[in-house]
Amino acid sequence: MENHPTPLLQIHNLLLYFRTTHGVVQAVDHVDIALDYHHAVVILGESGCGKSSLARAILRLLPRNVAEYKGEVILEGNDVMKYEEEEFRQSIRWVAMSLVPQAAMNSLNPVIKVGDQVAEPSMVHLGTSKAEALDQAKSMFERVSVPIDFLQRYPFELSGGMRQRVALAMALVTMPHLIILDEPTSALDLLTQANIFNTLKVIKHEMGISFILITHDIATSSELADEVAVMYAGQIVEASDAPHFFTEPLHPYSQMLMASVPRLRSDQDPIFIHGQPPSLISPPTGCRFAERCPKVFERCKQEPPVVQSNGILVKCWLYC
Amino acid sequence: MNTIKSSFKQILQYPSAMIGVFVILILVGIAIYTMITIPYEEAIRKWRGGEEVWYQNPRYAPPAWYNLFSKKKQPISFAVSSANGQMQKVVNHPGGDVSTIDITYSFDYSYDDFPQELILYFKSSYAEKQPFVSIQWITPDQRTFKVANFSISRQTTYRFTQDEKLIRKLKVENPMVGLFSDPTQPTPTPLKGTYQLIINGAAFEENADLDAEFVFHGKLYGLAGTDNKRRDLVLPLLWGTPVALAFGLLASIGTLVLTMIFAAVGTWYGGWVDALIQRITEVNLVLPFLSILIMVGTFYSRSIWVILGVTILLSIFTGSIKSYRAIFLQVKESGYIEAARAYGASNARIIFNYLIPRMIPLLIPGLVSSIPSFVFLEASLAILGLGDPVLPTWGKIINDADVDGALYKGYYYWVLEPAVLLMMTGLGFAMLGYALDRVFNPRLREL
Amino acid sequence: MDNPIPNSVMDIPSVNPPTGGEDSEVILSVNGLHVWFELRRFGFGVAGYVRAVDDVSFDLKKGEAIAIVGESGCGKSSLMKTILGLYKPTKGDVTFEGKSVQQLSGRDLQWYRSQVGYVQQDPYGALPPFMSVERILAEPLIISGIHNSEKRREQIRKVMEEVKLYPVEDFLPKFPHMLSGGQQQRVVIARAMIRNPKLIVADEPVSMLDASVRVEILRLLRSLQQRHNLSFIYITHDLSTVKYFSERIFVMYAGKLVEKAKINELIQNPLHPYTQALLSASSDPDYHNATKFREVPAGEPPSLVKPPAGCRFHPRCNRAIADLCEVEAPPEFTPQPTHSTLCWLYR
Repeated sequence: MENHPTPLLQIHNLLLYFRTTHGVVQAVDHVDIALDYHHAVVILGESGCGKSSLARAILRLLPRNVAEYKGEVILEGNDVMKYEEEEFRQSIRWVAMSLVPQAAMNSLNPVIKVGDQVAEPSMVHLGTSKAEALDQAKSMFERVSVPIDFLQRYPFELSGGMRQRVALAMALVTMPHLIILDEPTSALDLLTQANIFNTLKVIKHEMGISFILITHDIATSSELADEVAVMYAGQIVEASDAPHFFTEPLHPYSQMLMASVPRLRSDQDPIFIHGQPPSLISPPTGCRFAERCPKVFERCKQEPPVVQSNGILVKCWLYC
Repeated sequence: MNTIKSSFKQILQYPSAMIGVFVILILVGIAIYTMITIPYEEAIRKWRGGEEVWYQNPRYAPPAWYNLFSKKKQPISFAVSSANGQMQKVVNHPGGDVSTIDITYSFDYSYDDFPQELILYFKSSYAEKQPFVSIQWITPDQRTFKVANFSISRQTTYRFTQDEKLIRKLKVENPMVGLFSDPTQPTPTPLKGTYQLIINGAAFEENADLDAEFVFHGKLYGLAGTDNKRRDLVLPLLWGTPVALAFGLLASIGTLVLTMIFAAVGTWYGGWVDALIQRITEVNLVLPFLSILIMVGTFYSRSIWVILGVTILLSIFTGSIKSYRAIFLQVKESGYIEAARAYGASNARIIFNYLIPRMIPLLIPGLVSSIPSFVFLEASLAILGLGDPVLPTWGKIINDADVDGALYKGYYYWVLEPAVLLMMTGLGFAMLGYALDRVFNPRLREL
Repeated sequence: MDNPIPNSVMDIPSVNPPTGGEDSEVILSVNGLHVWFELRRFGFGVAGYVRAVDDVSFDLKKGEAIAIVGESGCGKSSLMKTILGLYKPTKGDVTFEGKSVQQLSGRDLQWYRSQVGYVQQDPYGALPPFMSVERILAEPLIISGIHNSEKRREQIRKVMEEVKLYPVEDFLPKFPHMLSGGQQQRVVIARAMIRNPKLIVADEPVSMLDASVRVEILRLLRSLQQRHNLSFIYITHDLSTVKYFSERIFVMYAGKLVEKAKINELIQNPLHPYTQALLSASSDPDYHNATKFREVPAGEPPSLVKPPAGCRFHPRCNRAIADLCEVEAPPEFTPQPTHSTLCWLYR
């Protein structure tokens, strides 16, 4: 493996706010993430915490109602936030990083053969010829374990799991360094899910691709994670490495979230977290989890700092 | 329903919707005002009436506000009567059975054109001896014309332009020019100032009396002008409003509600019921809508209610039943319908309490936007001569104008006035409808 | 409105040892149930059948909770809907307290429907968006002929307190979209409970909810089940939630119940290769997962129109016995008294 002087991706103070009729939604609020080459980071959070918006913010796939979008996204040493839209489209999106969107299996074009759809990104973004692109598509199909003769099929002729693999092949075909997976298996069956994670592990090890895995499913997140970032109400509350996180999470929210997972192989009683996450339109001052936190104390009324302990970043007054 | 309430709150944020609402409120206001001030029977009587109702009005008179836009001021029509005190009436009894009745009227005349006609309508009561009148005309420069004198029967009409003696006396072809022109000008020009009409009457019996009505046919009339039958266009324009709104609203709601019920029933029961509705729709889609209405109008009845019924009937089974069906098919699969079946809701309950309420927010914009198209339909039918034979409507005005060749003759006001009202209706409902569409279909909002 | 103590056992019992059901009477019995759907050819005639449920039998006792586990398309939804009386069986029947469900009509059918509560997967979809909570809960009562609104209100209040939607007055006028996912699901549960049913059918009741509220809803269901001695059918694809809930578990694959066992037996000693695969595919949060491959069979469940001959799992099974599994469908073997499976390995 080659040596890289800088990490693959560094995100500083990334911020993405949306305008709605009810007010400004602070979907992504000052997020910092770093990701090395050949690593996978899991962004873990419950629905409405802003994790999908984070994926959009990184790839600059923005809806029209953006109120504010700023921060630094340093990819391989370059701050791509400074790029013009056209430059970003040509040299970053799908070239340096690509996306497997949520419910990707339903995002394929129903009237185009899946082989052509997988070939498309390399023709559009890399300018390869059609024949070459189809060749690449073929080898990607092998990578993601889709039979080669499926190239000629239409999406409706494929099962959900196969379509999900096709969407993965589409993200892989341009050989980016980074793939963002947004809930890649949430609508799939258990065995299919396990199979796809097996495939992702192979791709990670053999092709050296890094992943950002966005999910709410704690159990399956551990299948791929080298690092874990927990998102709550638009903010990252804990960024840790997988061995620490899955054995000993630090932030009270991470701890409770972990304890809420029903486990097949232990008799530990799962717990639940009372209340609901705060509205992202007018989030509370101070710690956003304070209202639901069992360990809340006086200082939680102020915005907690991000504390580093043993390489783990946690946004909580308990560790100051 | 709370979603609808909050949606209406959101509408306030769209200025176009507010303009639309404003226009609609004006139209509704007009409709209510009309129905209160001009009761239906009276409106029909006047609209269907002829000379006896409208004798006071000139024919083809554009509205009075034409003067605002033209340098040459045209005379505006009016009518006054001694019976109600608009003209001064002095009665003297010099002795015996004889009485003198003097009726005078002065008016300011500051126009640049001559009137069409002056008419005096006399009414008198007597037993045997007819009263006698002599008419004088005094111009602003104090010239006095003896216009005519004659004895009158119980009802006598005197038209200035048709009095050959007067024409000879004034030595002009048109007595109006003679009576109103300025003698100092080389070409006939009206003299501005106060004119006076003096009627000296004499009655020869004890209880005899006499009254006069002075009708001044200028070139302009009232707020909306008149048509070929001297009818004041204000009446059909005002009455056209409630008719148009009622037709549009009833047709729109009727069509929508029935379409929705048919679509819901078809989707819910499926099978042959659905197939039958689909086939009827497909047949109906290729039937020529307007031709059928024309046939009904020609052979059966042109009553607005019949036309309304046929319109609704033909509009039920159209493309919209297919699009509602598509939505219902989706709603039918939703969890709450399954739940309702599981807890034992009857078919009728599911259709009316679960399927249809889900659609209502989606339909409100369509309802509002489809009102003007039905208003236009009614107008179009009237223009084609298939309007209600009794009701005064906007379409009927245009039809009359068309038959009379109004545009050819240059009576633009006759066509434009109802057309403007039709356009206002269309604009008002369309502006509100589009805004509602954005509120109820949030997907459009970002566009 | 929530309890200020964020993480306590409260009055909701946590995982209790499986109770009930042992000696009590059978309330629901499914006998040789087949639910096949016709595939229509364009025009007329039948092109084939989707064998969604193919020869399924089991008994459910009063107060017993069972789980049916399977992947999407295995026929578990069709089985559930047939039990709910929404589908007609092609063959076999479902009996409730001795009465055949598909032969019920009129009043008897209404009675059956009031005896069975239904908790759906997607709480938002399960609630009519244009009705207030009060109206939603009133609907089943109106259908059952309770026209006295005072009486209805009383019952609604009682059931809302039971599912912990309080203060009740605050929730009554709310519309579904104003509630959180957990609250919506409580309304769905309240609706299922409002006519005091004897049986609750819950279809993936927590799969659409966030992890932090899942447990809360599961415990609520469990406490209702125990308090009212309800019979319970819990349908899920997620094995890890099953053991907090039910005594017995049935594994369904391609229209058949391939394994029936007590929950602990199944987790500790899965018999059918499909069950083994399911267990192996279910992960607990553990960082070691990232460095291991899961041993799961490749391929996908078969089409239910033309299921494979013999055992339906044999094309994916690595322990298939040649000349047997692909030829003859396995009968039910019972290696242990409470543990049976459809697999030739245990002949």
